[in-house]
Amino acid sequence: MSDKQSQPVENSHFVKRIFHSIQRDSLTPSGDRERMKMVMNSLILHIHPSKVSKSSIKFTYTFGLGGLLLLLGSILAVTGIMLIFVYTPSPDAAYKSMIILRTEIPYGNLIRNLHHWSGNLMVVVAVLHLLRVFYTAGFTRPREFNWAMGIALLLLVIGANFTGYLLPWDQLAYWAVTVGTNLLDYIPLIGEPITRLLLGGPEVSAATLTNFYGLHIALIPLAIFAIASFHIWRVRKDKITTPRQINGEEHTEKVTTIPHLVSMEFVFALAWLAILITWSAFINAPLEEAANPSHSPNPAKAAWYFMGFQELLLHFHPVFGAIIIPGLGLLALLILPYLDQDMDTAGIWFRSVRGKQIVSISFLVGMAGTFIFVLLNEYWLDLPGWLPFLPSIISNGWVPLAGILLLLIGYFELLRRLGNSICEARQALFTLLFSSFFTFTIIGIFFRGEGMALVFPWS
Amino acid sequence: MSVKTLSRRDFINLGWGALGAFAVSELTFAGLRFFSPRSSEGEFGGDFNLGSYQQYPSGSVTPVENGRFYLVHLVDGGFLAIYRRCTHLGCVVPFDHASEEFICPCHGSAFTIEGDVLNPPAPRPLDLFNLSINEAGEIIVDTSSTIERNSPSKDHIVYPEGKS
Repeated sequence: MSDKQSQPVENSHFVKRIFHSIQRDSLTPSGDRERMKMVMNSLILHIHPSKVSKSSIKFTYTFGLGGLLLLLGSILAVTGIMLIFVYTPSPDAAYKSMIILRTEIPYGNLIRNLHHWSGNLMVVVAVLHLLRVFYTAGFTRPREFNWAMGIALLLLVIGANFTGYLLPWDQLAYWAVTVGTNLLDYIPLIGEPITRLLLGGPEVSAATLTNFYGLHIALIPLAIFAIASFHIWRVRKDKITTPRQINGEEHTEKVTTIPHLVSMEFVFALAWLAILITWSAFINAPLEEAANPSHSPNPAKAAWYFMGFQELLLHFHPVFGAIIIPGLGLLALLILPYLDQDMDTAGIWFRSVRGKQIVSISFLVGMAGTFIFVLLNEYWLDLPGWLPFLPSIISNGWVPLAGILLLLIGYFELLRRLGNSICEARQALFTLLFSSFFTFTIIGIFFRGEGMALVFPWS
Repeated sequence: MSVKTLSRRDFINLGWGALGAFAVSELTFAGLRFFSPRSSEGEFGGDFNLGSYQQYPSGSVTPVENGRFYLVHLVDGGFLAIYRRCTHLGCVVPFDHASEEFICPCHGSAFTIEGDVLNPPAPRPLDLFNLSINEAGEIIVDTSSTIERNSPSKDHIVYPEGKS
């Protein structure tokens, strides 16, 4: 060993070498070149390009919804893993775990609340993210398939929520899952085997709890992780759309991701974390009495994100309310990006100025129309009663579906006659249907009382 | 018709592809079998002996908790074993003594004392279990499988001997 090397230098070299083997770049990059290199070389930051268009990182373009989903997913993973350690998935012990979690385990209630509210918020944010992408035409070529993956992720998020709903094993959980899984029973031919597979028997039981636990903690999270990685990778590959004014020029100015985008994301994540923790500290996740398989509560409502479907079920034959209408809706959603090709609208909010007006009108028409339909159906319209010679699948299924489809085609044609492009008319139709489903959900949550009778929350 | 030639390489590749597909189908089958329901019909406990039919007053509806059904003694003397599960979405349907109807709390379906639909959304009458009355006059209900009816019918009502 050479005498030249003094002890302290040797030490600091060694530490530096270890540090450098973990973090290759300096954590305090100086100059744009080093900042870009840091993004390139980082596993996490590499989901971003090293430079981004200045206009696309404007908050009011994306509202940070995709990023918020990522944050919520991370919170759910951490709190979920914590909850695994204190929860026993068996009918005898599950509810007891909830009580212990609430009363004995330090911060148990906070962690449960955080998990519950983040999960619920995720459904809302995923839908908002979908709306944002739709209304800025963020799914145009070559991004069509990424839209489909987004839909798959939305369904998985709802699946994760639904399977998690059963785990507390209280009355709310038991009956919401009974009602929810019975919906599947109506799928012709394969419905019953699928329901039995899911429930592990003819009704919600210990086997169901085991199945849902496995789905909730392993299968669905893994699927979400895999598809979300693909989804984000595709966003990176296809490049995010840049916002445009309708007649303005596209801004092409680019800025480095560090610090412009990353610091924004950090502040945004921190703010949401603060909101969620505060919310969870004060508002408890619901917990009713322990599940009782021989007594259905009145009213037995599904989880709130299924209220729209539950409301459909009150108005249509189950095959239509649970399968055909939602199925058609899903199919329409999936093929939407492949239809949107008559206008180059990516990055323009609501396609055009006119499009924006039609969207607002369609939203109101959808809301009002749905309210009127529900009122009519409650007090006057009685197709099965008027057509007693027809089986209820025709009188309460095919007949109203045909009527609704005719109304929708009429609305589309009317908009076309008024001089709107196909693209704008299609956007209006989407808005109408979304607002209708939204209204059904609101009615289901707030306007349904005992025996699912129509009640007004203010009376 | 032109004769298509298959090269040796294509043939072998096709063979490997077929083997791959076979492996996937094998694993799918094993997976489905692995996850198939571990419990099955008849778990409520098979046959229920409810004793002499004479102890049930005419027009009464008696819940049998373990068997998950109601024993209904109709005013005309007939008996029915009605499964308590709503045919709409599977809620437990309680009997409302005031109105003499089964009313589902979940979505408001209503059924007559015989289980026929009075009020949708339920798509078909309440399911039944097979009921018989043996020589000793005891009621036996077999809960191993349900009887689904698509329309109201009196065929399943059981009358004690000599009373039909």
